[in-house]
Amino acid sequence: MSVKENNKNPAETMVKEKKRLAVKLIPVHIMGKRYEVPEGLTIMKAMEYAGYRFIRGCGCRGGTCGACGTVYRKPGDYKLQVALACQKTVEPDMYVAQIPFFPANRAEYKFTELTSASEEVFGLYPELFRCVACNACTKACPQGIQVMDAIAALKQGDISEAALLSFDCIQCGLCTSRCLGELAQYHMFQLARRIYGARILSRAEHLAEMVKAVEEGEYEEALEKLKGMNEEELKKAYQEREVEPVSAGEDWRPKDKRYL
Amino acid sequence: MSLAYYPGCTLKTKAKNLEEPAIASMEVLGSRLEEIPRWNCCGAVYSLADDDLIHQVAPVRNLIRVKEQGKNEVVTLCSFCLNTLKRANLLMKEDAEKRGTLNSFMDEEIDYGGEVEVVHLLEVLKDQVGWEALAQKVKLPLRGLRVAPYYGCTLLRPREVAIDDVEKPTILQELLEAVGATPVDFPEFAECCGSYQIVSSPDDIPKYAWHILNSALTHGAEALVLTCPLCDYNLGQGQKELMKKHDGFDGVPLFYFTQLLALALGLGPQVCHFELNYGEPELLLREKNLLPRVEAL
Repeated sequence: MSVKENNKNPAETMVKEKKRLAVKLIPVHIMGKRYEVPEGLTIMKAMEYAGYRFIRGCGCRGGTCGACGTVYRKPGDYKLQVALACQKTVEPDMYVAQIPFFPANRAEYKFTELTSASEEVFGLYPELFRCVACNACTKACPQGIQVMDAIAALKQGDISEAALLSFDCIQCGLCTSRCLGELAQYHMFQLARRIYGARILSRAEHLAEMVKAVEEGEYEEALEKLKGMNEEELKKAYQEREVEPVSAGEDWRPKDKRYL
Repeated sequence: MSLAYYPGCTLKTKAKNLEEPAIASMEVLGSRLEEIPRWNCCGAVYSLADDDLIHQVAPVRNLIRVKEQGKNEVVTLCSFCLNTLKRANLLMKEDAEKRGTLNSFMDEEIDYGGEVEVVHLLEVLKDQVGWEALAQKVKLPLRGLRVAPYYGCTLLRPREVAIDDVEKPTILQELLEAVGATPVDFPEFAECCGSYQIVSSPDDIPKYAWHILNSALTHGAEALVLTCPLCDYNLGQGQKELMKKHDGFDGVPLFYFTQLLALALGLGPQVCHFELNYGEPELLLREKNLLPRVEAL
């Protein structure tokens, strides 16, 4: 291929265009193959730039769905690094592989039949006790969760602690991909959070009261009024609504107290 | 005084009757058992395979947690935790090559070289509190209660981690005397309860249990005192079956040493959780006037 020989070569046009935009290209290795990609792209966008098209391993593109777990290494560093492809920007010479899915056993249970006893977790996930505290899970968590500590909490029967420690889990499965004891940590944590939410946390009484008020039609009239407005009226109502001032203290209350 | 304390998983689930009376008793004695943060399972059994270093990671990591607290001693209550932690500690002290491997594997942690001493609460009572000082704090001397001290295996073996004389330990007898009970010596004080054979050969356990329990009774004991949740399980859970099999055997109460300590310090059944014990200990204690009588319900 000769760029010099043919000025009409589309590759050369592209290079010129990139120069015009002053985009610096950096080398990255995606699934073992070297590409030059514009710096500043996320790993996900860099992969798309390199020609990948995602039908899996891509979800919210906002760092919350856990679909794009990714591992990478940099030359000269034995440490395996982890990231979400949609969040991490590419670095020169990084070797990247996405792990969009990792097989993991999820126990079957009827949640309505579960209690808050620690034995529920032990019974559904007996492999919990295969943990040797190697801590590879914690190192593999792109959310910075103390995964090993949360597993330790489950072993100690402390479901609440496991639920709280794992609160930021987005179920990407990278912990599971690294586990020496073949645990599916993220499924265990989901169970812990379900039990914690439904059986351990105290019920939010004000929510039940609010649901009751909704069901009894307390807001019907206001809702019907809104539904009857045309676009202009809606805009006006929106613009004229009473807004809590930025500097409002905790005792601030709106003038219209009908729906408090 | 605050002591770094390693509880162990079983004390948080099945053996609350070992932990709660210990914490409450130590407060009465002027010490606070302060749970170390971020502790993990001790590994449960010390791995004997020479090249099985991965199973030393868990106990060593716990010792690192103690070191991180700026403490040079950690107290255990469970015999198995004591044994596993103490042997892993010995390895880290004495084997430079394995120490290097383990430290390099745990490169996210501070280096560890055996700086922490692992002790059992019985040793704290003996060496730091003192039997005389303890005896002075006793509010309810356990008079007339004849108890056989059962050490099991892991408090005394192997020799390099034993908390007392391997052949002729006295530390449990000394505790019993300090709280006013009568120690009853019996030859099976260090016989194995069957340990984790309960998992692979559960049918063999009653044989071991009967051997130990019957010997204690024959020597005049009314109860056994022990330190280990696994001994407690193996000697306790099969007693109903043993009663059917052996005429005249009505079961025998098993106490954790911390329960007798707490009871003598005047802490009562709310702290001791006798309801979690095998062998109806409350019946015996009431008989000896060591529990407030329950009024007619």
